[in-house]
Order: sequence, then structure tokens, then C-alpha cells
Amino acid sequence: MVDINLRVNGAPCTGSPEARKTLADFLRDDLNLTGTHLGCEHGVCGACTVIVDGRAVRSCLMLAVQAAGSEVTTIEGLAMKGEGEAGGGLGTVQQAMWDSHSFQCGFCTPGMVMQAVAFLNDHPDADEQQIREALSGNICRCTGYESIIDGVLLAAERNRER
Amino acid sequence: MKLPPVDYEAPESVPEAVELLAEHQDEASVLAGGQSLIPLLALRLTHPAVLIDINGVDELSGVSADDGWVAIGAMTREYVAEESGTIADAVPLLAAALPLIGHEAIRSRGTVGGSLAHADPAAELPAVARALDAEFVVRGPSGERVIPAAEWFEGFLTTARRPDELLTEVRFPVAGRGTGVSFQEVARRHGDFAIVGLAASLTLSGGAISDARLAFAGLSDVPVRAGDAEDLLVGERPSAELFDEAALRATADIDPPADLHGSADYRKKVAAALVRRGLQAAADDAGERRD
Repeated sequence: MVDINLRVNGAPCTGSPEARKTLADFLRDDLNLTGTHLGCEHGVCGACTVIVDGRAVRSCLMLAVQAAGSEVTTIEGLAMKGEGEAGGGLGTVQQAMWDSHSFQCGFCTPGMVMQAVAFLNDHPDADEQQIREALSGNICRCTGYESIIDGVLLAAERNRER
Repeated sequence: MKLPPVDYEAPESVPEAVELLAEHQDEASVLAGGQSLIPLLALRLTHPAVLIDINGVDELSGVSADDGWVAIGAMTREYVAEESGTIADAVPLLAAALPLIGHEAIRSRGTVGGSLAHADPAAELPAVARALDAEFVVRGPSGERVIPAAEWFEGFLTTARRPDELLTEVRFPVAGRGTGVSFQEVARRHGDFAIVGLAASLTLSGGAISDARLAFAGLSDVPVRAGDAEDLLVGERPSAELFDEAALRATADIDPPADLHGSADYRKKVAAALVRRGLQAAADDAGERRD
């Protein structure tokens, strides 16, 4: 066990995970933040993507102990913020994806949304091709991706209008 | 799957890390960005007794240019290298390859030294290091060694680093005037490992090729340099016919692996096509940089 202090969704928290515990399992099992989904558990599917110190990372490919001192944002942190005029407490990207009917089953959703949020923060003027590349590491088996890209493009447009 | 139980050490300096490696030898795995090691652990393909996590060793991160070389600290994250103006200006082939590694979120954590120490023969950075004759600086209990790229890659996921040594820095030569580059790859999906990849660099002076460098990813258990094709190119003027001939020479003796992504014959055809494309793109790039 290793003692760690970090901030998750703006709030300080502490934990004592085993060294082998991934950040994903720590978030889900120790902090009960089950919005972060685990698909492949070896860095291929992107479902577990969270934001660590401003960058999208795969929480299954990072140990919890490595997040000591970091600022972690999960899908739960977006809704809490309720940024923008989106209403319903959803973040801009979440609301735009809702409005675009981006998702079907919802399994890939948290990873897609977190990757999109991190990418749009750094690239507010991203075009469709750049968005497709940025999301290329996130697998969706329902939609064929078109509705997801539409949602991110809509979010980018709304961000720019604000 | 979940990772197997493992001990964990987090040194804060290179001497401390080297001491831990000397103590644990090949029972230890060095954890850098973790984008290859953690999947290997999760799939239970490796069973180290202890992880030596060097993420807290600040001195291992950074990019600096000096005396004709660009030195990149082993823990420099791939996204940091991707955003480095020094690398973009001085090592354009590396700059061309970096955005092709994995996906956004992989490059957030993945490191230049980690990829080169992992030595996946299908990865981009090993091919770049081999093409440019990069130098690998390792630190062990008896001091520092510098290993040329030609000797660094010994086999599949195997390098010349000894179990008690730590890769601290990789040095790339600054590209000469008139150099154009291209990194070509064919992959099933953006960000996937290449079925075949090619690092290509051409230096033109007075309209003729004065230096040519070609290295393949994905064709063998190590990155492969195409020396015969390079010899053919030097002294000639760029032309489609020349590049066709270079493609034949570069692929004459290769014996690529076959898997579900492509047969050996297919890989050979792709490799030849990449040589033609890569050389043309590098020649065009050299022209654009001169203008």
C-alpha cells in the first residue's frame, strides 16, 4: 500500500492503493466514481480516458500511485461543473453530444467525452479531420462514429460562440 | 486483466534509480510512461518482482541542442517532444514521426526513452533512431556508456542495455541544410502499429543527393536500414526512375513476417511502395525547406 494525496474533480482526496492498482480501478473501487468505464484494460479501447493535469490519459495505463499530487477530472466532474448554458448540469460537450444523439449503448461515452473535452480545450478551432484523429483511439461498436463526430463539432461551435 | 502483485520503488534521482537496478537486476522493470509496460503486465506477459518508477526523476526530462546534436531526456513525454520547436527545427524526421505514435492519450504519458528502450520493431521511434544513427546514453553502477543505434536494437523488445543500466538520454544529430524528410506508414487505423513503416531522409546539395537514410519498421525483429538503396541514391539527382530502382534495392533482401494484418509478400509490396512515396516526399520536403 502506498499513501497518496490528489485532487479529483476539484476536491482533495486521499487513498492507500496497492502499487499495482490502476488509476481506473482506484477511481471506480476506492472513490466510487463508476462513470469511468473499463473496456479492454490494456490501453486499446479508450473507454477509461480521464483528464490528468489537463491531458487526456488512459486511466488503465496509469497506476493510482502515479496520480499522487495530480488534478484528475472524470466524467462526473463535467456534470458537476455544469459549464455553459447547456442546462441540466451537463457540460458543453455532453449537451452537444446529447443533442446530436451521439451515443447508443453508452459504454464508450465517458472516454469519448473526456477525450473530446481535453482535445477541444487545446484545439478550440479543430476541424472535422483533426477531431476524427483525436478520437481515433476511442472505440465505439454501436454508432459508426458519425453521430459522435457531429456532437464534437457542435460542441466546438458552441464553445466558440460563447 | 488486473496487474499481478508487484513491489514498487519510486526513486527521485538517477543514482538512486541505478542503485535500485543494481540491487534487483533483471527482476526489475523500469516504469517510464507505462504505455507498453502496463499492458504487458495486465496481459501477464511479464512478471517483474519490482517496478522502478522513474516518473519522479526530474533530471530525465527535457530537450536541449548542443554541438550538432539534440539531446532528449529519456522521460521526455512524447507530446512534449511533439510540441518542441527545437525538435521541429533540428530533427525534422523525429518531428514527422511523433504524431503517428499511438493516440493523443497515449502520447500524454508515453516517453521518447520508453519507446526506444521497449524496442518494438513495428514502432516509429526505433526506425527514426536507426535511420539517423542516434546515440543512446545509459548509466550503470560503473558509469556511463554511449551506444550507437546500430548496436542498440538487438532483437524483439531487446536492446543492448544491461539489466543494471538506465537509459538516461537519446541524442539525435541535427539535420544538415538541404535535408528533407518523410515518415510513411500503412496501418489499419490512425495510431495503430504500422504494418510497414519507413523513416526517410534525403539531403540535397547542388541538386544532387549528398546523404540518404532509409529505415523500415515492421519488417523484422529490429528496425532495418536499407543500406544498398542509400548507396544507390547518393550522388544522383532525384527522379521517379531513381526512386523506383531504390525501392527494388531496398526490398530485394527483406524477409518480412506474416500475420493476420498481411502476408510476407504483401508487406514486401507495401515496403517498396513506401520507399517510392517516402523518397519523393522527402525530396519535395527538401525543396520546400530551401525555398
